[in-house]
Amino acid sequence: MRLIETEQNTWVQVTGVKGGRGLQEKLIQYGFFIGDRVRVLRRAPLGGPLLIEVSGREMALGRGVAERIEVESLP
Amino acid sequence: MRCALVGRPNCGKSTLFNQVAGYKAETGNFHGTTVTFTASKVRVTGTVLDLVDLPGAYTLSGASPAEREAQRYLDQEPVDVIVGVLDASHLSQSLELGLELLQMDKPVVLALNMLDEAARLGLHINGAGLAEKLGVPVLPLVASKGRGVRNLFVAALDAAKNGQPVNHRYGRDLRTPHERHAAGAELAEAFVRQGERHLNWRDRLDDALLHPVWGYAVLLLILYIFFQTVYGLGSVLETPLLAALEALTAKVAAPFGEGTFWSQLVIGTMQGVTGGVAIVMPYLLPFLLGLGLLEDIGYLPRVAFLMDAMMHRIGLHGKAIVPFILGYGCNVPAVMSTRTLEEPRDRFMAAALATLVPCAARLSVVFGLVAFYLGPVAAMGLYAFNLFVIALTGRVLTRLMPEDTPGLILEIPPYRVPTVRNVFNKAWFRVREFVVEAWPALIAGSAVLAVLNFVNAARYIDLAVRPLTWILGLPAEVGLPLIFGILRKELSLVMLGQALGTMDFGSVLNTVQLFTYSVFVVFYVPCLATLMVLRRELGNKGMLWISGLTVVVALAAALVSRLVLSLIVLAQSA
Repeated sequence: MRLIETEQNTWVQVTGVKGGRGLQEKLIQYGFFIGDRVRVLRRAPLGGPLLIEVSGREMALGRGVAERIEVESLP
Repeated sequence: MRCALVGRPNCGKSTLFNQVAGYKAETGNFHGTTVTFTASKVRVTGTVLDLVDLPGAYTLSGASPAEREAQRYLDQEPVDVIVGVLDASHLSQSLELGLELLQMDKPVVLALNMLDEAARLGLHINGAGLAEKLGVPVLPLVASKGRGVRNLFVAALDAAKNGQPVNHRYGRDLRTPHERHAAGAELAEAFVRQGERHLNWRDRLDDALLHPVWGYAVLLLILYIFFQTVYGLGSVLETPLLAALEALTAKVAAPFGEGTFWSQLVIGTMQGVTGGVAIVMPYLLPFLLGLGLLEDIGYLPRVAFLMDAMMHRIGLHGKAIVPFILGYGCNVPAVMSTRTLEEPRDRFMAAALATLVPCAARLSVVFGLVAFYLGPVAAMGLYAFNLFVIALTGRVLTRLMPEDTPGLILEIPPYRVPTVRNVFNKAWFRVREFVVEAWPALIAGSAVLAVLNFVNAARYIDLAVRPLTWILGLPAEVGLPLIFGILRKELSLVMLGQALGTMDFGSVLNTVQLFTYSVFVVFYVPCLATLMVLRRELGNKGMLWISGLTVVVALAAALVSRLVLSLIVLAQSA
C-alpha cells in the first residue's frame, strides 16, 4: 500500500521508498526513516500535500512524495 | 576562543544567539531562516567568546546549502567548542545530530532547549543520566526566556579551556543515519519519561487553520488584516513625515539661493533622505514586524502547506511561498530566502518570480501614481495583473525548465507564543540592511540625479531610451527616472518628480501613461541591491538571465496595459 492511500489517523509502518536513493536520503535528512510509524493527519484539498505525524513531529509531504512511500498496516 | 552553535532547524539556536548577542541573527519558526552563519562577540565571566550561529542542519552529511555550510565551517574553521542545541520536545531526532557532533574531535556541550515545551507535552528528561551516558555536559535551557543561557556558556568555556576526552563518548562507532536514528530512539527511550500531555488551544488550532475550507478563509483574512494594517499604519505615518521633511528641505536649501547648483544638490540629497524616512520606512517597518510575528508563531510553514497545490500550478512547491510573501516587503530578503529550496532549478525559478513581486519601494510608486491619481480600484487591479503575469511567467518557465522533484517535504513546527524581543530583533536586523545598504545608495542616486539635471545630461539619457519610452507612449522625460530606477526603485517617484518638474503627476501624464509607467516600473529590472543578491545566490549568469527576463516581461506587460487601457479610454469617450 502507498502512504497516499492510507486512511486518515490510522497508524502504518513505512516499508520502503520508491524512486531512487535521492528521495530516500532527503526524507532521512528530515527525520523520516524506513521502519518508522506514521499516520496521515490531514490532506490539503485540490491535490495538495498530506500532513503526517512521524515520531512526535508533524511534516508536510507533497502528493508526489507520498505516492512513492510504501507502507503496511499495523496489526 | 571560538564557539559554534549547531542544531536542527527550529531548535531555538538563533533564539539563543539573539539572547546573548542581540540584534544579529535572524530567527524564525520556519526551517532554514538562518541561511548563512552570523557571528558576534560575547563576554562570559571575563572572557570574550566569538560566537558563531551556524545554519540549521538536520545532519552534517546533508546536501542542502545550509547543511553544507555548517559542515564546511566545522571542518575548516578553528572552532574551540561546539554547542549542540537539542530540541528537548523532540529529543530522539535532535540526538541524531547530537551524536554526529560527538564524533568530532572537539569539545562538545549539549543544551536541552525548549524544556518548557517538553514539559507541556508531559515529557520528563533525565539530563544528568544522559550526560553520563554520552560523556559530555548536558545543560537545561529555555532560550526564549533566557533561562540557563549563562550556565550553558560557562560550561562551554570550561570545556574549551580544559579540553575534553573524546574517547569515552557514546556512539563514536555509529556510521549511517540509520544507526544514529536507532541510537537516538534508544537514548530517548532510556532518558525520557512520558507523563500526561496537556492538550491546549495550540493543539486544536490546526483544526481551523489547516481546514480545507476555513484554512483558506483564515489565510485570506490574515493576509487582508496584515496588509490593511501595514498600509494603514504606513499612510498614517507617511503624510506628517513627508510634510516635516519637505519643510526641512526648504529650510536647509534656502541659504543657497534659488536655482543654483548647490541648492539643487542639497534639494536632491534631501529628497533621497526623504524617500527613505518618509516613503519607505513607514511601510517597511510595520511589514517586517508583522511578518516576523507570523514567522515566530509558526504560521508560515502552514501557509506553505495550504499553498502547495497552487504553487505547483506555476511550477514550484509550497516552500517557495515564503520568497513571494517576503517579496512584498523587499526583494532582497526574498531572494536570500530561496536558499532554503534544495533544487537549483527551484531556486532560480523562485528568485526570478520573486523579483517580479512589487516590494514596498515599488508599492510607493503604485500608491503615489496609481492609487493617488486613478483610485484604489486601479491599484488593486495592478496587483491582480501582477499576480497574473507572475503565474504566466511561472508557467512559461516551467515549460522551459520542467519540474523534476517529487514535491514538498517540510517540517511543520508546533505553534509558539512569539516573544516581543525576537520579533523586534528580526525586524531591526532586516531594517538595518535597508539603512546600511540601500539608503546611502538612494541618497547618492538622488544627488547624482540632481547634478545630471543641472548639467542637462538628462537630455542625452532620455534620447538614448527614447525608443523604449516611445513604444510605451510615454513622454521622453521619463527615460531618466526609468534608467535610474534601477539604482533604487523607491527613487522612481522622486526622480519622476524631478524629471517632469512637478510632483503633481496627474497634470503631465494621462491615465494610460500613469498606469503604463507604473506597470513597467513594477516589473522591470529589480533594484541594485536585489541584483547584488541575485549575483551572490545564482552567479553572474543567473543574475543576467533574470534581469533580461524582467525587461521582457515588463515590456510585454506594459504594452498590453497600454493597449487595453487605450481601448477602454477610447470606448469611454466614444
